[in-house]
Amino acid sequence: MIEVKKLTYQIGKKILLNELSFGAKAGELLAILGANGAGKSTLMKLLCKEIHPTAGEIILRRRNLTDYKLPELARIRAVLAQQNTISISFLVKELVMMGRYPHFEQQPKAEDMEIVRLVMEQTGIMHLSARDYNTLSGGEQQRVQLARVLAQIYDCPDACLFLDEPTNGLDLLYQQQIMELARSLADRGYCVICILHDINFASRFADQILMLKEGRKVAIGTPLEVISCENIHETFSVNVKLMPCEGYDCPLVIPATIQT
Amino acid sequence: MIKKTAAILVLLGILLAGIVILSSCIGAVSISVSELLSILAHATGISDQVNFKPQQAAVLLNIRMPRVMLGVLIGAGLGTSGAAIQGLFRNPLAEPGLIGISSGAILFTVLMIVMEVSVFKMLTTAIGFYALSAASFVGACLTTMIVYRISIRNGKTEVTTLLLSGIAINALSGALTGLLTYMATDEQLRTITFWSLGSLGGASWETVIGILPFILVPVIGLPFLAKSLNSLALGDAQALHMGVDVRKMKRIIIVLATIAVGASVAVAGLIGFIGLIIPHTMRMIFSSDNRLVIPGSALLGAALLTSSDLIARTAFSPAELPIGILTALIGTPVFLYIIITERNKNKL
Repeated sequence: MIEVKKLTYQIGKKILLNELSFGAKAGELLAILGANGAGKSTLMKLLCKEIHPTAGEIILRRRNLTDYKLPELARIRAVLAQQNTISISFLVKELVMMGRYPHFEQQPKAEDMEIVRLVMEQTGIMHLSARDYNTLSGGEQQRVQLARVLAQIYDCPDACLFLDEPTNGLDLLYQQQIMELARSLADRGYCVICILHDINFASRFADQILMLKEGRKVAIGTPLEVISCENIHETFSVNVKLMPCEGYDCPLVIPATIQT
Repeated sequence: MIKKTAAILVLLGILLAGIVILSSCIGAVSISVSELLSILAHATGISDQVNFKPQQAAVLLNIRMPRVMLGVLIGAGLGTSGAAIQGLFRNPLAEPGLIGISSGAILFTVLMIVMEVSVFKMLTTAIGFYALSAASFVGACLTTMIVYRISIRNGKTEVTTLLLSGIAINALSGALTGLLTYMATDEQLRTITFWSLGSLGGASWETVIGILPFILVPVIGLPFLAKSLNSLALGDAQALHMGVDVRKMKRIIIVLATIAVGASVAVAGLIGFIGLIIPHTMRMIFSSDNRLVIPGSALLGAALLTSSDLIARTAFSPAELPIGILTALIGTPVFLYIIITERNKNKL
């Protein structure tokens, strides 16, 4: 679905991404882990075509990303960004409908209305439908944004979904709900790429984990393959211990300073 | 939702039509609705009957109608561009007058009057108004670009920077305009004074025809960008992800909105607050959906300016109030109300 080949991004002399290669298939959830400034957001911007690579290429559905026009791209991939503040107040249902904008000219069709209703049900925000977005709590706002993003690619089951720290600032319940939703989308055939901070969340929900440090790839593979004390130390410069967890293949990661 | 939008627009259209008829009838020479219709029928050659006094026809066709039309055009232009600029800056406080766009337009208009004597002599013709509109458009465009560049950081408007740069631009344009006024001859001075006061008093068919294209293009064009402006409200990156060519769209909006502001300033001077309160009223009463706000602001802006002008010329008849006083009188309380509700909303 997505093939990244020797992707390099450079501002002046500063190399933000260095010959990065990886791939993600349809039906797969790829988690990207890395310390602050490792190049995760830069990678996300490159994948979204917000910025253009210095070298290397991104192949999306067997076509080079540069060959896509923006409206065309909007119909096959959706992005949930980190910052989602709006200054002009919109109703929740209006905001979710914006996700359908790439699919109609001036006024929504009946199927667009139906999709908006479905995604609002799936994300559990039906009861917020007539509320003003700016009066919602952080967790509710994030779910509304996710519904909008979902609406954008709802009728395209082999589309890509990019999530930039979707659980940021949310409590445990919402974090889990959002990750479960992301997982179920991958199971339905979407290719989901997701920047995460929590290693345990990544190993619990992802099919593949990509670890980045200073724009380079530290490791890529299944959670079981890449979650190791060495990889985590190289990526985050912290010492951790691994603890086997009943019911899961992949061990839990806990800070090493805590004595057990 | 589509039906609701259409119904609201039709309603606003009826309101505007009513105000236009009312404004055409009321004045120093009073004309009844039936007389109005028969004058129009006679003038367009539909009917030969003369059920009116010749004086009424002369007043209506040569004085009142151009003035009403000018009010409609300028009100529509200011309303639409106000709505579009607020969407562009992603800030409900952005208003052509407040952030320096109008003063930039005034500066260039005055510059045109003082420097370009040959154009000044043709000012009363349509070509003269085209030239003036073009000049004030350049001024408006320049100030918009400057304010926009200064106040946008990381795709977000910083309100403080926006207002401060607006104040700075206003002060600078004011100073330069003052300097030009100082240099101007007596005859030029009279023209300048007329422009900076803000009035529809100079209306003639020439001015109406002169600004018609500069108003019609934005009023018809901007609603097509409403959907993109909605997605821009979520952020630059978000709009891009939804397939909007953000840079191109911003350029088109700046050009279209400033054409309308520039043309309005060129013929009627500084008329404040229409561009601020009209889009706000639309949002507060109906919805923030730009597909309604932008065309609705055109209709409501036209209705407000036409009725303000009606009051301006009849309240102390035969004396005439500058229309800027009226729009400010209505606008300031609304503006304060917005600031206070915004403050209370942020407190929650």
